[in-house]
Amino acid sequence: MDARSLASRVIARDRAAIAEALNLTEDRRSSARAPLAELLSALRASGAIDRAHRVGITGPPGVGKSTLVSALVRAVRAGASPRTIGVLAVDPSSIRSGGALLGDRARIAPDPSDAGVFVRSLATAGELGGIARSVPAGVLVLSAAFDVTLVETVGVGQTETDVGYVTDDVAFVVQPGSGDALQFLKAGIMELPDVLVVNKADQGALAQRAMADLRAALTSLNRAGIGERAGIPILATSALDGTGVNELWAALVARRAALETSGELAARRRAGTVAWGVRAFVRRHGDAGVERVGGEDALRRAIETRVDAGGEIPSIVDAV
Amino acid sequence: MRYSIPMSRDRPWIMRTYSGHSTPEASNALYRRNLAKGQTGLSVAFDLPTQTGYDPDHPLASGEVGKVGVPVAHLGDMRALFDGIPIEKMNTSMTINATAPWLLALYVALAGERGIDTKQLSGTTQNDILKEYLSRGTFIFPPNHSLRLTSDVIAYAVEEIPDWNPINICSYHLQEAGATTVQELAYALTTAICVLDTVKTRLGERAAEAMPRVVGRLSFFVNAGVRFLEEMCKLRAFVDLWDRLTRERYGVTDEKLRRFRYGVQVNSLGLTAAQPENNVVRIVLEMLAVVLSKKARARAVQLPAWNEALGLPRAWDQQWSLRTQQIVAFETDVLDYEDIFDGSPVIEAKVNGLMAEAWREVESVLATGGPLAAVESGYIKERLVASNAERLGRIERGEQIVVGVNKFTETEPSPLTSGGIDAILTVDPKVERAAIDRLKAWKAGRDGKSVEKALADLVRAAKDGANVMPASIAAARAGVTTGEWGAALREVFGEYRAPTGVGGVGSAGASAGDAREDIAVIRSDVRALGGELGRAAKILVGKPGLDGHSNGAEQIALKARDVGFEVVYEGIRVTPAQIVASAIEEGVHLVGLSILSGSHLELVPAILDGLRAAGAGDLPVVVGGIIPDADAVRLKAAGVARVYTPKDFELNAIMRDLVAVIRDRHAATAQRDGRA
Repeated sequence: MDARSLASRVIARDRAAIAEALNLTEDRRSSARAPLAELLSALRASGAIDRAHRVGITGPPGVGKSTLVSALVRAVRAGASPRTIGVLAVDPSSIRSGGALLGDRARIAPDPSDAGVFVRSLATAGELGGIARSVPAGVLVLSAAFDVTLVETVGVGQTETDVGYVTDDVAFVVQPGSGDALQFLKAGIMELPDVLVVNKADQGALAQRAMADLRAALTSLNRAGIGERAGIPILATSALDGTGVNELWAALVARRAALETSGELAARRRAGTVAWGVRAFVRRHGDAGVERVGGEDALRRAIETRVDAGGEIPSIVDAV
Repeated sequence: MRYSIPMSRDRPWIMRTYSGHSTPEASNALYRRNLAKGQTGLSVAFDLPTQTGYDPDHPLASGEVGKVGVPVAHLGDMRALFDGIPIEKMNTSMTINATAPWLLALYVALAGERGIDTKQLSGTTQNDILKEYLSRGTFIFPPNHSLRLTSDVIAYAVEEIPDWNPINICSYHLQEAGATTVQELAYALTTAICVLDTVKTRLGERAAEAMPRVVGRLSFFVNAGVRFLEEMCKLRAFVDLWDRLTRERYGVTDEKLRRFRYGVQVNSLGLTAAQPENNVVRIVLEMLAVVLSKKARARAVQLPAWNEALGLPRAWDQQWSLRTQQIVAFETDVLDYEDIFDGSPVIEAKVNGLMAEAWREVESVLATGGPLAAVESGYIKERLVASNAERLGRIERGEQIVVGVNKFTETEPSPLTSGGIDAILTVDPKVERAAIDRLKAWKAGRDGKSVEKALADLVRAAKDGANVMPASIAAARAGVTTGEWGAALREVFGEYRAPTGVGGVGSAGASAGDAREDIAVIRSDVRALGGELGRAAKILVGKPGLDGHSNGAEQIALKARDVGFEVVYEGIRVTPAQIVASAIEEGVHLVGLSILSGSHLELVPAILDGLRAAGAGDLPVVVGGIIPDADAVRLKAAGVARVYTPKDFELNAIMRDLVAVIRDRHAATAQRDGRA
């Protein structure tokens, strides 16, 4: 099928076409490069891509992210003006064999009769940084088809920042009783997310305690002038009984609106694309390659120039 | 020489056959015939919609009505099921769990109509929900709510039906899911602890008075495999551990109330589809495990049929199993002696070893959050999946001999399975339509107002924390249906998806059939396939319908991961529509379906049609399960690429086959596209 008709079927939310487009983003044969670039350009030309709200949900394993995503999907689909949503669930469970058990879909449990929801699971296939190399292109495909694109990744510590390269705002999810996020925040090794979420709020006192600890940590960071911005929302959710899910969605929407109003959104997306481009170059050419182009700063400037000249798509295609 | 029966001869156990199929009337006729043949109790098999709280007209019930048991949707069905059977004299065992309060309510309502006092009823509701999350899969609600319903049945029965066994703690299904002897002991005991602790809390101040009676009514449903001496030791270990636990943890002083009471269905997991006549011998040996030792003798026995691995057994197959029991009880001298193992140092050492190991595992579960947490976190499930993988691995490597399967496979054609006669029971597909019509007629004939009120009362009881039994019995009388009862409580408690158990099982070595060099070869072929496809080969393992027997699907998913496939596995109870949507959205290269409930002729075509309608008609679909040969032919004609049955026990061979299927289909597609 030619790229333009595939693109128009993607925009029309044809389930099979979206799947085919995503297959193309994962296709590593060099013969797939040109059709992918054509497809993404056609999608970009339609203007559909930029309107979508790209959301990242990340956090350590076992905090209930997939179940929370399931609740978020329902929240996004409910209400007077439901929005459509595509999900990329990135599963780190790949092992040395190259195989992976992709279990997120079981927990998200999308309703097959609802054409406004689409879920694709991806294995990280040994990638560092918690997201598969096809994710940036996949985000563009889903963004052309749906009002909301949600990327779920596993992140412990620094690695979850990668999801920020491909999304507009990120919620970092922790569970009561685990000090992970707190430690990372205190140590300053975790970039501040847009929203902090304490899931499993049904655990009562333990959850309250976790919220209080996070609040205290943020306050001291702000006081020390380390915090990027004051007033990061800290929300308690329970994917089990639905507590706080609507509030979480509202907080993400509000953050996205604020970024758009202030003009930061475009800058953030550009920075993400550039950072991803740098990462892809390093993976492909190694440290020696970086030296040959004059070091990391020079590389970054070169990629910025390329992206600004309309080279976002080539840079993403190169990264696949 | 004259043969004489000693005075001390023990009473024989209750003899049952797990049965029920098609319709209440057909099952009733079967029960009456079985009783006439000398069966001394009834064991009711319900179909999957009844077990999971759906009426026959629910989309998920499609293809499942009357298949693995009898459909009971309302009091009218209960009347027909026990028509002409004096339930006040009968010992009726019901394999029912999530909907146990409801089926017991229907039974009590039936007794009421016949003017029978509940005190005259005796029998068993299985009512062990925890093992449903671990192996059998017919749960509905989240564990905490399910346990509350479990304890409602217990609290009600202890007062109102004193001769009823309100719960059968099932170690049976743990062994079927792959549990070792030690695991079977340990997790049955942690389940019992979980249930007793819940009941104790719910009884509140009445606990001190009522708990000894509750403990006294707790019974077990165990398994026995073909290593029958170890199994016999396991049962002796059960007796001693139970005595200790009930004395120490629950302070039961009356020795009689601490007796380990159990029924048994011997092992089906070890029964083979190859040379199935050999299964008769396995079944007899397994039975010895539960009758030889007087101290640890079963109080009720059910035997599987020789052809279970081929499909649903017929009345004649079940008769053979009953006759087996009767021969052991009445022709042999097993009942003539006091315990014949007392004083044997070999047996004592084995029993002590099992007890020590099992108790260590009990303590470790109790120390790390308790039995419920061990179920919810998937810990126990992962242990079972790993044990089963090891078992299958030993068989595949030939370390564990299974006659006719991995050794001594040469065979003459069997007159039992050849000759063109189907050696299994086939359920007429018309029974589903008939059940739906019957449901409609039932609904038309009842008083809508009383139904509404009964359901409102049920919901209130569920929300208020009152015992749901009285409201359920009133609902049964008002004509409420199984699906309505289930829907009302789903509304209050929500539905649950259990951990699949496959995510946490370690890589490579743990999965079945790990012949190293073989694995390496398959892995590199799967990698090469990924290169040809342009991305990693990805498969969907689907378990459509209501069947919760997930062993096969789990082992395939694990093995596929270990040889390098990306595997999407959504767990049990997914609809054909979900499978189609998942296959499309996930962009898989192959769909594998596992079905053991006999509903493959309905479910598989529905999925093939769905894929075609979604434009993915060329996606290869393979099917595994208990599929009779004739059905395999029909499935292949409908477009299924491969059919795997219990004969295909070599997982590595299946993996190589999946690679070939994907490669063939890919080549065909490429050629077609090339020509176009």
